[in-house]
Amino acid sequence: MEVSLQPAAHTTGRLRDRLSFRDFGRKWKNRGMRLLLLVMAIAAIAPLLSVFIYVFQQGGSSLNWSFFSEVPVPVGETGGGMLNAWVGTVTIVLMASVVGIPWGIAAGIYLSEYGKGKLGNVLRFATDILTSVPSIIIGLFAYAIIVVPLKRFSAHAGAAALAVIMVPFVTRTTEELLKLVPNHVREAGLALGLPRWKVVLWIVLRGSAGGIMTGVMLAVARVAGETAPLLFTAFGNRFLSLSLDQPMATLPVQIYTYAISPYEEWHRQAWAGAFVLVIFVFTLNLFTRLIMARRR
Amino acid sequence: MANPILETKEVSAWFGKHQAVRGISFSAEPNTINAMIGPSGCGKSTFLRCLNRLHEEVEGARVEGSVLLSKEDIYGQGVDPVAVRRRIGMVFQKPNPFPSMSVFDNVAAGLRLAGIHKRSVLAEVVERSLVQAALWEEVKDKLKQPGTSLSGGQQQRLCIARALAVNPPVLLMDEPTSALDPISTAKIEELLVNLKNDVTIVIVTHNMQQAARISDQTCFFLTGELVEAGETSRIFTNPQDTRTEQYITGRFG
Repeated sequence: MEVSLQPAAHTTGRLRDRLSFRDFGRKWKNRGMRLLLLVMAIAAIAPLLSVFIYVFQQGGSSLNWSFFSEVPVPVGETGGGMLNAWVGTVTIVLMASVVGIPWGIAAGIYLSEYGKGKLGNVLRFATDILTSVPSIIIGLFAYAIIVVPLKRFSAHAGAAALAVIMVPFVTRTTEELLKLVPNHVREAGLALGLPRWKVVLWIVLRGSAGGIMTGVMLAVARVAGETAPLLFTAFGNRFLSLSLDQPMATLPVQIYTYAISPYEEWHRQAWAGAFVLVIFVFTLNLFTRLIMARRR
Repeated sequence: MANPILETKEVSAWFGKHQAVRGISFSAEPNTINAMIGPSGCGKSTFLRCLNRLHEEVEGARVEGSVLLSKEDIYGQGVDPVAVRRRIGMVFQKPNPFPSMSVFDNVAAGLRLAGIHKRSVLAEVVERSLVQAALWEEVKDKLKQPGTSLSGGQQQRLCIARALAVNPPVLLMDEPTSALDPISTAKIEELLVNLKNDVTIVIVTHNMQQAARISDQTCFFLTGELVEAGETSRIFTNPQDTRTEQYITGRFG
């Protein structure tokens, strides 16, 4: 068979030669696609951006000192604030964190360091499912096993619901981060004559502590804004309450209650509450990113 | 072979159903360097990991036979692998200092976790180990910096210092210079020859010249078997087995 030794047409000629019509079309197609993708990317963040702007406008103007320092006043009177709600949110999220974070980290350690067999796979699968269970169902569960038997809404029940929501998040983050620690680092510990649990706690966990902290903060930010599971657990409270076995106000629930009310004054306060909540979650996220950026 | 410090009898090792090491009997005299050579996948690393019971940490792995450290079987009944590993140190292929621990803490890790916390004792042992590992002069002003901030060659010597800190009579090394440049490699080779006075070294290497340069005994592995072992000069000048000869003359591997 004859093999042509002539170079193909498009490889000859000078580079500055005019582009053919086909090349021209290809360039425009490329530009068109790029523009389309840019528009889509902007459209994706547009709702978020407008939510932010709206909440900032509405909430920022309604926010004042008494929002933080006063409890709600009776309908019709002006003034008052959400002291009860933000104190309640801090209390309940703190309680949930104290239980949920160590629990989740421990479970994550198990999955990463010991959960290689069948049991590990079952637990991992269950954790994934738990992550995607709607939060209102977790709330319903807490209602059924805590509120109903005790015949009382309480901060305990709300914190329990939030802890259950946190655990799978913290578990999976911990597991993923521990898996990033190379195996030869573990072996170095074992070869030094450390028992496995010390290798895990002092070398593996310590090596990824920063990453786990960021995962934990994201989990805290997530549950701080949860509303549904608190509706029928912590319930809400018009007064400042620090009794953990009593109903307790929380920011998301109070925002919900105020927003659906017919009163102008309450709407104003709901916006202020929304503003505070957004700032809180936003700050936590930003803080987390800063820490991560510094570690790299 | 008067009084071997380390002796193996018919050691076999498996990964699941795959047998990687086949009935290896070997012995090492005190204060010698023993090199394991052979092509990739010949089982020399796996065999090394049987010597400090690290092989069994791999999922589905199994070991048979016995390994005697000063006449005591490390696979004997009631022997804790943790106790074995405190007596037999190990250095790996990739330098692996503990992340987010300083140079000092890396070397002190073995002692601390064995329950020694007295500051003066730790400082003394850390200095001694770093001097032994020929790293002290380079890091004496950087003891508080993270171990991972050192260069690759320094990290590997840090790992050697970490292993030496607990004073093991035997040191296992799994291709300790294969990830390093020639200058770092030369430094570590020189260091190993000096270390011979304090410890017995078993080193796996891909580099035949390295084995010839530093070792007293050379063992040639092929497909999980120990083909030939003997004095290094004899193995490289007058191998008894044709496969050894073919390998060291570069005809395969």
